[in-house]
Amino acid sequence: MNRILLGLTLATIAATAAYAAGPDLGAVQQSATNWPAIGMFLFFVLATLGITYKAAKGTKSAADFYAAGGGISAGTNSLAIAGDYMSAASFLGISGLVYTSGFDGLIYSTGFLVGWPIVLFLIAERLRNLGKFTFADVASFRLDQTSIRIISAVGTLVVVAFYLIAQMVGAGKLIQLLFGLPYLYAVIIVGVLMIVYVAFGGMKATTWVQVIKACLLLGGATFMAGAVLYRYGFNPETLFANAVQVHPKGDAIMAPGGLVSNPIEAISLGVGLMFGTAGLPHILMRFFTVSDAQAARKSVFYATGLIGYFYILTFIIGFGGIALLMSDPSYYKLGAAGTFDKLKDMIGGTNMVAVNLANAIGGPYFLGFISAVAFATILAVVAGLTLAGASAISHDLYAQVIARGRTTDKREVNLSKLSAVVIGIVAIFLGYVFENQNVAFMVGLAFAVAASCNFPVLSMSILWRGTTTWGALAGGLVGLLAAVIMVVLSKAVWVTTLGNPAPIFPYDNPALFSMPLAFATIWVVSLMDRSRRGQRERAAFEAQYVRSETGIGASGAHAH
Amino acid sequence: MSSGTTLGARGRPAPPGSGTLGADADPQVARIVRTPEFQQLVHERTRFGWILTILMLVVYFGFIGLIAFDKALLAVKVGGGTASLGLFMGVFVILFAFALTGVYVARANTRFDALSDALKRSVGR
Repeated sequence: MNRILLGLTLATIAATAAYAAGPDLGAVQQSATNWPAIGMFLFFVLATLGITYKAAKGTKSAADFYAAGGGISAGTNSLAIAGDYMSAASFLGISGLVYTSGFDGLIYSTGFLVGWPIVLFLIAERLRNLGKFTFADVASFRLDQTSIRIISAVGTLVVVAFYLIAQMVGAGKLIQLLFGLPYLYAVIIVGVLMIVYVAFGGMKATTWVQVIKACLLLGGATFMAGAVLYRYGFNPETLFANAVQVHPKGDAIMAPGGLVSNPIEAISLGVGLMFGTAGLPHILMRFFTVSDAQAARKSVFYATGLIGYFYILTFIIGFGGIALLMSDPSYYKLGAAGTFDKLKDMIGGTNMVAVNLANAIGGPYFLGFISAVAFATILAVVAGLTLAGASAISHDLYAQVIARGRTTDKREVNLSKLSAVVIGIVAIFLGYVFENQNVAFMVGLAFAVAASCNFPVLSMSILWRGTTTWGALAGGLVGLLAAVIMVVLSKAVWVTTLGNPAPIFPYDNPALFSMPLAFATIWVVSLMDRSRRGQRERAAFEAQYVRSETGIGASGAHAH
Repeated sequence: MSSGTTLGARGRPAPPGSGTLGADADPQVARIVRTPEFQQLVHERTRFGWILTILMLVVYFGFIGLIAFDKALLAVKVGGGTASLGLFMGVFVILFAFALTGVYVARANTRFDALSDALKRSVGR
């Protein structure tokens, strides 16, 4: 199995799959040890470990562990959501994409943001009213516990696995480059720290790690964008004019370029990003940490603002990179005659645009700060993913499927902690195995699976009376398999990796096809379901409906 | 929040199959569903949520559609400067998404919460 996976990704190094790939962290080389960055990062680690210690003392019940006791305020939760969502790939990758292609970077920025209103209008409040710890609580509210928890947990673990591999490999390479640490050390540090946060501090520690990281990242990015605009008299027009002058593509960077050439591909990418957001398990979990639907609603509103603001900053940072770095040869590997390719020869690759820009703006200490922020960013995202994966194993698979509900809080939480340790070790191992593979398409795949399995099962069980267990199970399975199979048969894997002459599935993004397929399957199979259980489940919709719409009977803010 | 009701009846940990509980198992559910307050709340909020959802879909996929089908339009310069129409549209999509969430929250905080409170009063909670 590992050999197949290895083979799968081995040849995707040269994959041109810009869509499925998304912003990625390319190949890097180890650089000199960066002491200011290490110092600032150590400070972050100490602070977060202190918080974890405090959180561990206050984490007693299952509600504390999975949902921070439900006592997180809307403002704090919005920062935590933003922290979970703003990955290093979006900070470094999108600013790098803007640096190379200008306008095209905006296509990803908008795609990553527009899922949030959908989460708010259709999901957030109902999720809070119906659920307790995981989105499977909600999906299985009136459906069969065993089957629906299995499909939800599988969907969760697949999303977490692909997302986690991409983050671990990115982390290793980034840290190698930023701190001058060997790849394996970097991966081990990330893995061990995320185990400590999750296993000891549970949701409380994970939340505060996200909050601190979000503040650091937003603060650092604000300072950078501000400094860039300051150079151009706070007039974006001057910044753009300067960028167009020095960029090899000239004025073309202000217009859509080659990123989206095929309309179907563009729409499919959009569908995956938009609805994938509404199916990411580590994001959905955050809605159970607030006291009620009002707080859930407000946290999405603030989070959308923070995330949108962040994407506008990355756009300015990307253009600042063009305007301030492209005319300075010291940021490039010079060729024989002292010449360099502005798009290909940047030291550390184009993903280092934001980092190199930090140096240009604030010198080595600000460079160290931004490097430490990038590390903290990865750490926070993997901690969130680990907690979501561990909860799916302990709360869904163990407590409801294996123990059939006959277990204690204490045993469930202990199993969750153990799962976090196992997930961490597996993540270190996968990070090591995948070191030299192109894993960028995995983030796209994670979003596609979230949009094609988790989102249809969740939304149909909440919104449509007719949904039955058979329908949700079949639809979730079809969506999951369709998304994975379509990616395997696409150019990125089928041609580049497996060496076949032509892709069987013509697009890099499957969501436009796999998501409607999942919805249609849920619908058709539910309609055909004439079982007595199906009848009971349709009848039980009424009770679920009242609770999802009003919150009457919802899980309270504290332990039960 | 409110707790201690039998609604939804998800005593934890729930044995398999216990989620399948008919509405008839709890007469309060049927009573709440029949109240005009509940009908109005659900009708208004569902309608509002779907209208905003469709607005977001139209704006976002309109933007993506222009990128796919009319690149020339997006390359048009605004006010004779460097910034293109596409750039303004991209930033507009981001601001629009945020504004829509604001519109929903404002409506929910006033109208929907009021309806919800009225409902809770009328069912005697």
